[in-house]
Amino acid sequence: MILYILRRILYTVPIALAVGFVCFMLVQIAPGDPINAILPADAPKEVADMLRRAYGLDQPLPVQFWLWLTHVAQGDLGRSLATGRPVTADLANAVGNTLVLAVAAALIGFVAGSVLGGAAAAWRGTAVDRGAIGLAVVGVSIPHYWLGMVLVILFSVLWPILPATGISSDGSGSWAWDMAHIPHLILPAVTLAVIPTGLIARTVRGVAGDILNQDFVTTLRGKGLRPFGIFRHVVKNAAPNVLAVMGLQLGYLMGGSILVETVFNWPGTGLLLNTAIFQRDIPVLQGTILVLALFFVAINLAVDILQTAIDPRVRRG
Amino acid sequence: MSDLALPAAAVPAAPAGASYWAGVRKRLMRDPVSLVCAAVLLLMLAAILLAPVIAPYGPYTGSVLRRLKPIGFPGYVLGTDEQGRDMLTRLLFGGRLSWFLGITPVVLAFGVGGLLGLVAGFAGGWVNMLIMRTTDVFYAFPSVLLAVAISGALGTGIGNAILSLTLVFIPQIIRVTESVTTGVRNLDYVESARASGAGAMTIVRVHVLPNVLGPVFVYATSLISVSMILASGLSFLGLGTQPPEPEWGLMLNTLRAAIYTQPLIAMLPGLCIFVTSLCFNLLSDGLRAAMDVR
Amino acid sequence: MPPDSANPPGAAPPLVHARDLTVRFVTRDATVHAVNGVDFDLAQGEVLCILGESGSGKSVTLRALMRLNPPGVTRVSGTLRVGGHDMVAASARAVADLRGGLVSMIFQEPMTALDPIFTIGRQIRETILRHEKVSGAEADRRALELLELVQIPSAKRRLAAYPHELSGGLRQRAMIAIALSCRPKLLLADEPTTALDATVQIQILLLLRQLQRELGMGVVFVTHDLGVAGEIADRIAVMYAGRFIEEGPTGALMRAPLHPYAQGLLGATVHGQRRGTPLTTIPGSPPNLERLPEGCAFAPRCPYTEPACLAAVPAPRRPVPDRAARCIRVPDTAQPPAGIAA
Repeated sequence: MILYILRRILYTVPIALAVGFVCFMLVQIAPGDPINAILPADAPKEVADMLRRAYGLDQPLPVQFWLWLTHVAQGDLGRSLATGRPVTADLANAVGNTLVLAVAAALIGFVAGSVLGGAAAAWRGTAVDRGAIGLAVVGVSIPHYWLGMVLVILFSVLWPILPATGISSDGSGSWAWDMAHIPHLILPAVTLAVIPTGLIARTVRGVAGDILNQDFVTTLRGKGLRPFGIFRHVVKNAAPNVLAVMGLQLGYLMGGSILVETVFNWPGTGLLLNTAIFQRDIPVLQGTILVLALFFVAINLAVDILQTAIDPRVRRG
Repeated sequence: MSDLALPAAAVPAAPAGASYWAGVRKRLMRDPVSLVCAAVLLLMLAAILLAPVIAPYGPYTGSVLRRLKPIGFPGYVLGTDEQGRDMLTRLLFGGRLSWFLGITPVVLAFGVGGLLGLVAGFAGGWVNMLIMRTTDVFYAFPSVLLAVAISGALGTGIGNAILSLTLVFIPQIIRVTESVTTGVRNLDYVESARASGAGAMTIVRVHVLPNVLGPVFVYATSLISVSMILASGLSFLGLGTQPPEPEWGLMLNTLRAAIYTQPLIAMLPGLCIFVTSLCFNLLSDGLRAAMDVR
Repeated sequence: MPPDSANPPGAAPPLVHARDLTVRFVTRDATVHAVNGVDFDLAQGEVLCILGESGSGKSVTLRALMRLNPPGVTRVSGTLRVGGHDMVAASARAVADLRGGLVSMIFQEPMTALDPIFTIGRQIRETILRHEKVSGAEADRRALELLELVQIPSAKRRLAAYPHELSGGLRQRAMIAIALSCRPKLLLADEPTTALDATVQIQILLLLRQLQRELGMGVVFVTHDLGVAGEIADRIAVMYAGRFIEEGPTGALMRAPLHPYAQGLLGATVHGQRRGTPLTTIPGSPPNLERLPEGCAFAPRCPYTEPACLAAVPAPRRPVPDRAARCIRVPDTAQPPAGIAA
């Protein structure tokens, strides 16, 4: 068990390095010279050269990668070309805001998806099943940025009970658990939750359906267990697979909230990324993507270990 | 626990023959949901292809005097947008780009990823190692993030959007193809063909291709729906299509300011994306069931 | 096929009482006639073996005894009483109360019949707690006793084991322990030794026989293996196309089967044959249960078929008391009492 976890962690190191390399290469594939983006077009060449040296951009690529990596390892993601502030400062606030949104959406999605999928599996082939699966397909087919707009129109324009955009009504840019912030979370979280709801409903239905078809369920019925007793067995058997999908979804939500954050003007990583792209602020772009991707890698690792821990067949096998 | 990790579940039990495809067609024809979706998609495809003929106006002709007229306004069945251009016309022309942006990456990824996955699955060894470990790296990024990152670094434009989405889907198709190919390669009748001295190319052509292509094709069709949403999403962010080109995602973006005055009109482009994506999704599900692929 | 009046007034009612038991599986595409009128009684402490090929309806008959066939598609008719309870009409709740208590079952494949991620101990404990008002500690103590009863070595340690950590034989013993956890009066066994190694098979059979005698249970045992049947059964019923085509005491039936199918079945095994005698096989294959013939279902494969065989399903005939066969060639010399359901 411990050995497996260590092996799994060791395997993550090259992945994390490769992720870093991809993020580093993003700058290389970007057209144009990033220095030109921060300097006026008529700036003297000496100034440009000095800046280039300051950023290490005159070194060969592998050296640049090594330099960048050592900085990243020390928590230094560089400075924003647009604002001159350290990337980590802006990023810390944005990551916090996105985490709140992603976790809220994940919770909604996990509960709604499990209920829908579980009901579909329990009443397989009936109207309940068809209804639940229909909703799940809608969930994965709907452009969620559009759903966000529809919800804003419904609940902020036609029947104005919830705020349309922003994270707070008191002008603060970071999250807090108070009445100035919480109403702002509802619409974005529901919007972001539709994708995991649909995917988890499908997964739960499939997994629970497979389990209900297994021989041991007949044994359970043969022992006289009532539906609730059988339900307990199904839940425990389905947990490893369903948890894996849920963990992945949380990762996807962290990295995939950019569209929803744009619709709702939610000051998270997505909005930060969006701004960075249009200002061609490469250090911010690079840093944000790196942090989100490493977060995703970490979640994958955590899910893998958790899955191993709760499945006795893997644990001791 | 070999049955837990068996990718061969996706593998048909016998080589696919003509009767198999006849059965698939028969099952599809008996599935009302698939038929309706196919009909809607065909109708939509015909409409956007014939846009220059059937659209009442030009896609760029607008008038500041007729901005944001409501649905049913005389002469403008679906009203006008924020620049006074006819919505019906813009939606018809917008569909062309949206469909193109949505389908092209999947087709490209199907070709490239399918080939790489086939090579990885059939060659095994260090080739497999190299290809699969590389896809692992791309799997470390959530797909939306990867698409935005690549297309954000490359800059705006249709070509870059297609390139970034293709790069997002290639690893996914490689994974599916590799697992199905490995499963087929280890089937008894392929083993026996190898034992009886059939050449590698013959085995690939006769045994592997027909049995791998089906499941991978079904998987690729399921990606079209995602691809449409992502492609329009990129345009919605301002990364793909640029104004004044008509494209559903971009139209949704430019109409965002109109949600207080003409909410119904602002909803139309998104509704188009939704219906298209839903139909592709349901059709893919129907195909999966008809082809008996898991 | 024993007559109703076989229970003289005042005697205990049979543990199982089945008359014209019929089970069909109805789906949109087809109706499968799995069991087509089965009659039998099982007394307390008696072992009946149902012998047949796969698809003969023997497992379906067994599962019908505790209404364990897939709900929704299964249609049961006829009379079926287990321990006096009407198993055809009782509510789902009432049947669930009987399962695992009055009647319990062991299955063919102990690997898939046990929940892979619950320990053996928990699977026993949960059965006890379901049926009896005892404390958790008491249930745990009983679980340990049960594992010792089925002769699992180092039982205490095995309580905390998961099914995949046990050998096939130990798993089947654990399965038996679960089935016995609430001291059932009737034990149903669905080919419990088929998936095991030959040496382990014997051990499990001996254990079952010993437990059956100690606890005085009635047992219905389904198998396709004549050797197994001879080892454990008091009586044997041979099943073909959803009917008991022959029934009688184990010794007599195995020495001199009456029905041509039973004769073929005995001829097709290697038991008790002289060296050099060629093994006989039964030509043809079992009938399609979606479209049963009007006459004797075995007629197409039978060497003695005559026109009367095809006219109607032969009624049971009794050459001697206590034996019966559904074949028109069997003399009906021991007059059956009136009122038998055919």
